[in-house]
Amino acid sequence: MELIEVKNCYKVYKNGVTALADINVSIKKGDFVFVIGSTASGKSSLIKLLYREEKPTKGSVFVGGINVAKLRNRKVYKLRRKIGIVFQDFKLLPKLTVYENVAFPLESMGVKKREIKPRVLKALERVGLKEKIHSFPNQLSGGECQRVCIARAIINNPKVLICDEPTGNLDPKTSKEIMKLIDYINKEMHTTIIMATHDKDIVNRMKKRVLLIDHGILKGDFAKGSYKENEAI
Amino acid sequence: MKPFRILSKNIKDAFKSIFRNFSLSFASIICTTITLLMVAIAIIVSINVNDFTKEIENNLSIIVFLDRSATIDDATNIQKKMKEDKRIDSIIFESKEDVKKEMQKESEVFNSIMSEWTEDTNPLQHEFSIKVKQAEDLKAVSESIKKMNHIDSVKYGEGIVDKLVSTFNIVEKATIVVVIALILVTAFLISNTIKITIYSRKNEIDIMRLVGTSNIVIKLPFLFEGFILGIIGAIVPIVVTIYGYMLAYDKLDGHLFSNIIRLENPTNIVFKVSLVLVVIGAVVGMISSYRSARKYLKI
Repeated sequence: MELIEVKNCYKVYKNGVTALADINVSIKKGDFVFVIGSTASGKSSLIKLLYREEKPTKGSVFVGGINVAKLRNRKVYKLRRKIGIVFQDFKLLPKLTVYENVAFPLESMGVKKREIKPRVLKALERVGLKEKIHSFPNQLSGGECQRVCIARAIINNPKVLICDEPTGNLDPKTSKEIMKLIDYINKEMHTTIIMATHDKDIVNRMKKRVLLIDHGILKGDFAKGSYKENEAI
Repeated sequence: MKPFRILSKNIKDAFKSIFRNFSLSFASIICTTITLLMVAIAIIVSINVNDFTKEIENNLSIIVFLDRSATIDDATNIQKKMKEDKRIDSIIFESKEDVKKEMQKESEVFNSIMSEWTEDTNPLQHEFSIKVKQAEDLKAVSESIKKMNHIDSVKYGEGIVDKLVSTFNIVEKATIVVVIALILVTAFLISNTIKITIYSRKNEIDIMRLVGTSNIVIKLPFLFEGFILGIIGAIVPIVVTIYGYMLAYDKLDGHLFSNIIRLENPTNIVFKVSLVLVVIGAVVGMISSYRSARKYLKI
């Protein structure tokens, strides 16, 4: 079985909106996959299925061997420890420093203090924020906040890094740097990347696998896709 | 070591959040305090009431006076009959001669008057003093004795005893109702406090969930918070129980109203009562915070 397998997946929200219909996707270890689509196309729903923020109405979702569709609420943490999640709005804790924010997952798992320190420093070094460890999030720029978020996401050496529009709040130049960092994580750490975005430039430049979702249906799966050729859809 | 680390972090978090929402925490603590004070009073009263009732049961006797025509033989017959009644514990017979002698011993005046009485002219009555096994049977036993021959009158602490016992019962029941109501209010207040804490930390909880914190680690600080609120609420009632009861015992010299009603020795009960208070505080706190955590932490 591949690292990520989505089979015959449907998602219907309580208000009757069908967000996803019959989605079939499999993603190999080490892949870099973009999920694109216009607003309300269902790409966020697909991403949310992967980290079990939403449960599929029908079908199965496997991530790293875990049947996410059947995962009980109190077991969700087991999945979340295997994956890293990067958000558009960073989701950093404002009262904690950069160091504490990155250490947060390890601390809540009860890892020893002297084990936490080297791991946090290494993660911060990877994202290039080692000199700002004592700053608070409100003292950082958007790009720096996103780096902290990425550092926190990779602190557990996850197999999968799920990025939900990580560049949505950033200017083009900063977006470029963040994409470089995500690409670096994909290549150096062999982490599988799944990234939802609607930034054409990024998708076109990176030449990675692209999943196009439109009105909840998987319209295309291109090995080295770009936005332009699908724009008509 | 790992559980220990998580534990100490949780206790710290719990204290932090108690101080952050101080007004609400304070309200819960005060409510717990009042409740536990009531509980303490209820327990101490009921322990003592049980004691009084036992005391009364042990000491109350029925005095039966036979009429003046009754002879010693009649008395023996009556005693035989009474012995058949299983509710009766013991029967002591005093003939009028015995009574006379006893009274003569008591004072010189009696002695001089009574020494002139012969057996036939003695105006006193034969009497029985009867002890029953249970205080509740006093009335029924006296009624059945009244129906026998040669009985002049039957006396026991009629009205007083009945009233005393039933008053104690009513007081006990009323206290239980009030205590239960107060415990419910306390539980509600504590669970409300925890609800506010949960809402104020919603953002943090969401992030904890997303980065893979297990539910038990997320929930524990709230359980500790309720637990700590309950324990803090128990401090004042415990101090009042220990020192208040000892003081009252000393001031009243171990008796209430009269020598019949003896108070329980403080050292025997105050620490047991304190333990009960701590346990009630902790359990109510934990249960109500657990309920809140279950209800408002949809995880």
